[in-house]
Amino acid sequence: MNWGSLDNFLAMGGYGLYVWGSYAVTFALIVTELVLLVLRKRNAVGRIR
Amino acid sequence: MLAALRCVIARDLRLAARRSSDVLTVVLFFVIVVSLFPLGIGPEPQLLRTVAPGVLWVAALLASMLALGRVFAADHADGTLEQMMLGATPLGLVVAAKIFAHWLVSGLPLVLISPVLALQFDVPRELLGVVVLSFALGTPVLSLIGAIGAALTLGLRGAGALLSLLVLPLYVPVLIIGAGAAEAAASGLGGNAQLLLLGALLIFAGAFAPWAAAVALRISVE
Amino acid sequence: MSINWFKYSSPQTFFPLAGKLALGFGTLALVACAVGLYLGFFVAPTDAQQGESYRIIFIHVPAAWMSMFLYVVMAFWAGMGLAFNTRLSGMMASAIAPTGALFTFIALWTGSFWGKPTWGTWWVWDARLTSELILLFLYFGFMALQAAIDDPRRADKAGAVLALVGVVNVPIIYFSVKWWNTLHQGASVNLTKAPSMAATMLAGMLIMAFGFWFYSIAAVLLRARCIMLERERASDWAAQYARTAA
Repeated sequence: MNWGSLDNFLAMGGYGLYVWGSYAVTFALIVTELVLLVLRKRNAVGRIR
Repeated sequence: MLAALRCVIARDLRLAARRSSDVLTVVLFFVIVVSLFPLGIGPEPQLLRTVAPGVLWVAALLASMLALGRVFAADHADGTLEQMMLGATPLGLVVAAKIFAHWLVSGLPLVLISPVLALQFDVPRELLGVVVLSFALGTPVLSLIGAIGAALTLGLRGAGALLSLLVLPLYVPVLIIGAGAAEAAASGLGGNAQLLLLGALLIFAGAFAPWAAAVALRISVE
Repeated sequence: MSINWFKYSSPQTFFPLAGKLALGFGTLALVACAVGLYLGFFVAPTDAQQGESYRIIFIHVPAAWMSMFLYVVMAFWAGMGLAFNTRLSGMMASAIAPTGALFTFIALWTGSFWGKPTWGTWWVWDARLTSELILLFLYFGFMALQAAIDDPRRADKAGAVLALVGVVNVPIIYFSVKWWNTLHQGASVNLTKAPSMAATMLAGMLIMAFGFWFYSIAAVLLRARCIMLERERASDWAAQYARTAA
């Protein structure tokens, strides 16, 4: 799939809001989950010490 | 053993009779909630006739939720529940008896009032039978499933709201099929399919819910 | 040579294994998602009917699959814990729930964002989205119940009963919602399967599904490690780990 230019890629044929809205939220949620897990582990280890 | 179960039912009924305000509160809640809907969506008769089954059923779900707190809580508080668990009668049967008594007190009144409220929504005379029958088959299922939730949340802080969150998703099939019965009858398809499904749900729940609730009770009371 | 099938059924032995597995599956997840997204954005063609908006499918469908799959796995481990009274099984079930809920939410969000350009509304009450919504409530109920119970053993067992009741109900809920939806066909639009997908679309979607699956395994194992450290904090192995951990 040849997008031609970065602008075309971001615009997604006019559906940019929906496509990137979906991907951005998904990415953000997954990153949040991982960050929360790291914090939780740090907390747990801290409580043992 | 039947004598023991009859004893459990009689005891629960007697206790409910002494605290009759509990029972009446649930029924009044049902009536009030149903009456609120026209105030919210407007009095136009055609609209009300269309939403009547759904409104009645949602109100019945909420009223059932209210009543569920009482299935095991009182007995748990004064220690009777532990005695029942130690007794000779299988806990599953005792639980079934308690659920039956609970339904007689909280579900049956809803069944009996439903035609009156349906008339308030100008539901045609021919459909009243379907409405009552769907309630008669559906409200015991609500009591049965709800008892599992009540057993799981026994003695927890915030048990009321938590119980709603646990049980309402499980109530969804009963809601859809129960309300669907009257709607199907209204559109000429006849509500038999839904009523039969409700009957199947009742048998399924009747067979498994008391046992699941008994397991949950043992977990909660240890 | 006799195999000790239960070697890893104690937190002490499973903890380091979980760490290594999480790392491995996490890496696999990154690779799979990279490949899947490349296929999805740079190989798969534009859809004839939906234009570029269909590309949400590479997240939406895998997330929906994971949401349902994780619920069943959660119920499985919960059931194991209830039947065999093993601590670790209950911990696994508790570890799965938040990730399952996450994917359910992602499925709902992406479904909504896909529905808006396709059918004009942010929400459609079609059978699958509605069932996903109820599944989210089931996950929340499980997590809320466990959070409300202080004693971890009681929380595990109570959650297990709820999860098992839920897993039995999920098919019933799905079919009743599907029936409800077809009866009311006039009001809502039927969420069509992406019409006969091109092979590259399907491949991208499947590889993303694997990516999400590997990610789920990694995240769940990481969370299980946290739970083990929290619950077993009085034990020697945990104290030793805390001493030597970075």
